[in-house]
Amino acid sequence: MAEKFLEIEHLKKYFKTGGGQLHAVDDISFTLDKGKVLGVVGESGCGKSTLGRTILGLYDATDGKIIYKGEDVTKAKGKQRKLLRQKMQIIFQDPFASLNPRMTVWDLIADPIKANNLYKDKNEMNKRVWELMDTVGLAKRLTYSYPHELDGGRRQRIGIARALALEPEFIVCDEPVSALDVSIQAQILNLLQDLQESKNLTYIFVTHDLSVVKHISDEIMAMYVGCMVEKSRSDDLFEYPLHPYTKGLLSAIPIPSIDVKRERVILQGELSSPIDPKPGCRFANRCPYAKEICTQQQPQAEEVMPDHFVACHFTKEINNL
Amino acid sequence: MSLLEVKNLSVRFNTVDGNVHAVNDVSFSIEAGESLGLVGETGAGKTTTALSILRLISVPPGEYASGEIFYEGKNVLTMEDEEIRTIRGNMISMIFQDPMTALNPVMRVSDQIAEVIELHEGCSNSEAIKKAGEMLEMVGIPAVRGKEYPHQFSGGMKQRVVIAMALACGSKLLLADEPTTALDVTIQAQILDMIRKLKDDLGTSMLLITHDLGIVAETCDKVAIMYAGEIVEYGTLEHIFHNVQHPYTIGLFNAIPSLDKKVDRLQPIGGLMPDPANLPNGCVFGPRCPYATEQCYSEHPDIKEIEPGHFVRCFIKQGGVDTNG
Repeated sequence: MAEKFLEIEHLKKYFKTGGGQLHAVDDISFTLDKGKVLGVVGESGCGKSTLGRTILGLYDATDGKIIYKGEDVTKAKGKQRKLLRQKMQIIFQDPFASLNPRMTVWDLIADPIKANNLYKDKNEMNKRVWELMDTVGLAKRLTYSYPHELDGGRRQRIGIARALALEPEFIVCDEPVSALDVSIQAQILNLLQDLQESKNLTYIFVTHDLSVVKHISDEIMAMYVGCMVEKSRSDDLFEYPLHPYTKGLLSAIPIPSIDVKRERVILQGELSSPIDPKPGCRFANRCPYAKEICTQQQPQAEEVMPDHFVACHFTKEINNL
Repeated sequence: MSLLEVKNLSVRFNTVDGNVHAVNDVSFSIEAGESLGLVGETGAGKTTTALSILRLISVPPGEYASGEIFYEGKNVLTMEDEEIRTIRGNMISMIFQDPMTALNPVMRVSDQIAEVIELHEGCSNSEAIKKAGEMLEMVGIPAVRGKEYPHQFSGGMKQRVVIAMALACGSKLLLADEPTTALDVTIQAQILDMIRKLKDDLGTSMLLITHDLGIVAETCDKVAIMYAGEIVEYGTLEHIFHNVQHPYTIGLFNAIPSLDKKVDRLQPIGGLMPDPANLPNGCVFGPRCPYATEQCYSEHPDIKEIEPGHFVRCFIKQGGVDTNG
């Protein structure tokens, strides 16, 4: 078997807070093949961004392994870590906050290149910056513009050019289109897809927008309060959601059509606190099927169908499998 | 007589950088018990339109350049200040987008709701507090929690409080400005479900501002699509979802990733919305429109009725050219 591109084993990230330990990412394991897009969905505070950032090493993992092409990222130090980081990049959500307002487009895109001393020659550097601007669809005349002179879509293009500058193999896209209007959102999504296909990139695509994630992902993982509740191929998840939370989440999406009449599952209640969570399933307090065992024992993810993982004590009963 | 009728409304902001034409020649009406979805992207003028209905635009720099707004036959724009105050919060109330900033952080929740009731109904404080408790129960929050402060509530609960406050005086018309945009999708489903129930029970009319056509399909009776300060298409749900005409509306539908269909690439609308301080001479959508002709660049189209109740602002559609082929 070919070497796995990315393997996550029992990854945990806890934060210390005044109120106790915040379990932002709690025991998540999965593998991702090269050239695939994994969508991570969930509601605010479910730990999806923390997961992406921990994988990149922007946060130190509390426990667990992140194996990138056979190498454990959590153990990498110094120069080795710097090299790994060149190959693993991130595109941030808010193109208004993630760019230094006092730097021009040229400075912003050249920044990662300078930080890694890739080009000594100024002409070569210029060539590279313009090449990147061309790749992401920024006109050359914008070279000396500042971020505030550009609209949200163009700003996000700068963010993408910065992420591409070091020729990465793996990019975490952290809500890259959430701050954009739909007509601009479509432009950026198409660009991200084009890049992914032409450069054979691997993405982890973090978003709360389920129609976006369905459009772009090969596989989807649903998270709930730090835990993975379900993971499967993209089409399977939308056609046969097996976890009660995923079912509720999918049926909550408003569909822009007046012909589709759906059976609505409206989830009552709200997310439980991730600070020192009680034993048992995190979703038990909102789950219409919860029984005693659900409040006592945390369900582990099981592969109930090929490539379809669900963490629920009653998957079989609920879905008549 | 319609409950609310907006006729040819134009709102300008006179700034040092020039006159910003935020709302141009906007007309629509809402009947009793009806909800209208006002859809558009950032900067289309949706919120300015809603604020104008309550006459909440500050003048200057704002200016109601032309038009009339009739609430139950009376023109809101020419009313005395005294009179408009009896309408705000009493007949027409507004739900703001961000529940996190719409509430006073240093006042107990029930006191904030009671303040509205006391002011408009002139009842005693204890009566108002009692009624505030009932309002909380109505939106699904136990009345005892009214003693708490907003920071002790989650986002969804805060939005319920804002809605309770808007409904406290039995308003006939609710202006909801992106009421669920700041909320998660499962909480959004709860709030929309609640809004639908309240509408059925109390017969409240609603102007729902949103950028999400899915929410419109589930909650509204009529739709107005706004672009660069103008209504470009206006009609019933049936008209917009089954017989969409304006190229911008068509573009919006194509740009949304679909859950049913698998497409390889989305179809974005090329270009950007024009600067409202510097609108093009012809059709405002002309520069981005795939069907634009000479006429579209030189003349400005009026909004016309192409079938009963279905209005479109587009030369091509009014001339009957087929753009679906």
